[in-house]
Amino acid sequence: MSREALIFMITVQGTVTAIVAYFFIKVLRTPAKPPEEDDDADSVE
Amino acid sequence: MEKSLKQTIYYTCIFKVAHQFLRQKIHNKMPKTKEAWGSRVGLILAMAGNAVGLGNFLRFPVQAIRNGGGAFIIPYLVSFLLMGLPLLWIEWAQGRFGGVRGSHSTPFIFDSMSKKRMWKYVGVFGIFTNLGIISYYTYIESWTLSYTLKSIAQSFGGLDRHQVSAAFDKYAGVHSTLAGHALPINIPTWAIIAFLITLAINIYILSRGLSGGIEKVAKIGMPLLLIFGVFLAIRAITLGSTGVAGCVTCNSHAGLNFLWKPNYSSLSDPKVWLAAAGQIFFTLSVGMGTIHCYASYVKKNEDIALNAMTAGWMNEFVEIVLGASIVIPIAVGYMGLDWVKANAGFMMAFKTMPYLFSQWGVVLSTLSGVAWFGLLFFAGITSSLAMGTPFMALLQDEFSMSRNKASLVLGAVVLMLALPTIFFFQVGVFDEYDYWTGTVSLVVFALLEVILFSWIIGVDKGWEEIKRGSDIRMPLIYKPIMKWVTPIFIIVIFVSALIKPAGGQFVDWQLAFHQLFTHGTWPFAHNSIIAQMFHLGTPWVYFKDGLPTAMFFKDMSRLLLTLTFAGLAFLVHVAARKRRKTAKITES
Repeated sequence: MSREALIFMITVQGTVTAIVAYFFIKVLRTPAKPPEEDDDADSVE
Repeated sequence: MEKSLKQTIYYTCIFKVAHQFLRQKIHNKMPKTKEAWGSRVGLILAMAGNAVGLGNFLRFPVQAIRNGGGAFIIPYLVSFLLMGLPLLWIEWAQGRFGGVRGSHSTPFIFDSMSKKRMWKYVGVFGIFTNLGIISYYTYIESWTLSYTLKSIAQSFGGLDRHQVSAAFDKYAGVHSTLAGHALPINIPTWAIIAFLITLAINIYILSRGLSGGIEKVAKIGMPLLLIFGVFLAIRAITLGSTGVAGCVTCNSHAGLNFLWKPNYSSLSDPKVWLAAAGQIFFTLSVGMGTIHCYASYVKKNEDIALNAMTAGWMNEFVEIVLGASIVIPIAVGYMGLDWVKANAGFMMAFKTMPYLFSQWGVVLSTLSGVAWFGLLFFAGITSSLAMGTPFMALLQDEFSMSRNKASLVLGAVVLMLALPTIFFFQVGVFDEYDYWTGTVSLVVFALLEVILFSWIIGVDKGWEEIKRGSDIRMPLIYKPIMKWVTPIFIIVIFVSALIKPAGGQFVDWQLAFHQLFTHGTWPFAHNSIIAQMFHLGTPWVYFKDGLPTAMFFKDMSRLLLTLTFAGLAFLVHVAARKRRKTAKITES
């Protein structure tokens, strides 16, 4: 495997893995919102 | 006079009691949002499972090697950021908006967004597409289930690659017809039994509801899929040279090199950009109505921005990290680069992979077979469950059906639509479903939903809807992207599919335009929408020697799909009338 291909693969796969991990950890660490009453239900238009 | 007054009071009382009774009865019949997601992680895993499908492992690497290797990832990620992510946010926002107003299927989600009646009929696409795709997708899913069991039973041990390939043809009845039968019909018994079992599993899980069924499967299936994927990826990357006699390129690293070595010159080729945008479109399961349906069970002030982002990137992880590291490197390892370049495609999963695994000895080949087909099964079932929910939501919301009843009706409809794809597989009915529901319908629906969101409702109101309850700060740049870039992206994809010029995988637009200006003709590719629609290049013959031709079966399947759409539109029409009646009585 050429150095260029290896660097490209590790960079892309590493970046994608890091992004997924970041967002997933953010989801896990964000506290749940208290339940709220649903009120208005009008059409947008 | 007194008698008359008494009578009036008496009748007024009777009327009031009757009216109250009627209102109560109508109220009881009105849709109730009993369904809910059990947890945020469960919702994200279910959404990611909806997106992760067989294409992540089989379509993405093939597209990459055909379109510039590593450089393909650049237009691919650009398409994800400019089209994929905005579409995810739009669908999540539309779904939550409709769900808050008691609608969980796209016809009435759209109806809640615009007063114009036509939008609910546009929303029919969001059910039709799913019914069409689930009908053949469940069949493929059943292959993965059968092949998992075959791997456990070590059915492929000692077979050469031609025998493994022939075993699949025999199993699915790909090239054969029923003995002694004049029609090109085939009834592959084991494949049908496996299909019925797979359909029953799907229906049972759907009948258990969101948190009790779909979410549980996602929580078990997605981690298992990741474990199986990582196991196979490590095996593929560490495989190296296999020492196949006379094969210089039989090395998994040569496969990885071919897949990841960036050919930057391909970036100036519009075909590569179109292929990348198309891949993003199909991998995220956008334009189907499934995301709308799942998101409609999210509460009004709960986050959708971060959830959509996490589920979307999770799909990208499975595709870029795992999908790119399994099939191509292993196949190149044993078959060589030239063979893979010429033969890489969807059917490799069943016709080639079992043979490649069998090279690893009994224990490892069994483990790898189970991991591979198990992975595909979980990828498939988490998607097919998502496809079943919009139709069930319509039946439950609008026709007050119980979940069990709605799941059984779904099962019956899927069975009716799926049987032609099985019986007439070899004459192209399967491909016809895939083309019209799994390709064309998605793009049309996505384009219309973006127009509704960004232009009819207005991107400002839509933006506020996405931002409500958000756990991340939304980048403002996405406002103009949603209004201009995303619709243009989809229009370009649609038009390029509509008039795609001939040339196999080396489509040449320049040459096509040259031909248009010099000869006044356009060389339509056989798989362009125009060529498919009008059977260009194929003689229009329905019967030959008294027997129906492949064209007859193709057009019959189109008729069936058209009738399905019309039937769904009629159901939506009836439901809308019911809603109007109910609203009148409630108001009075």
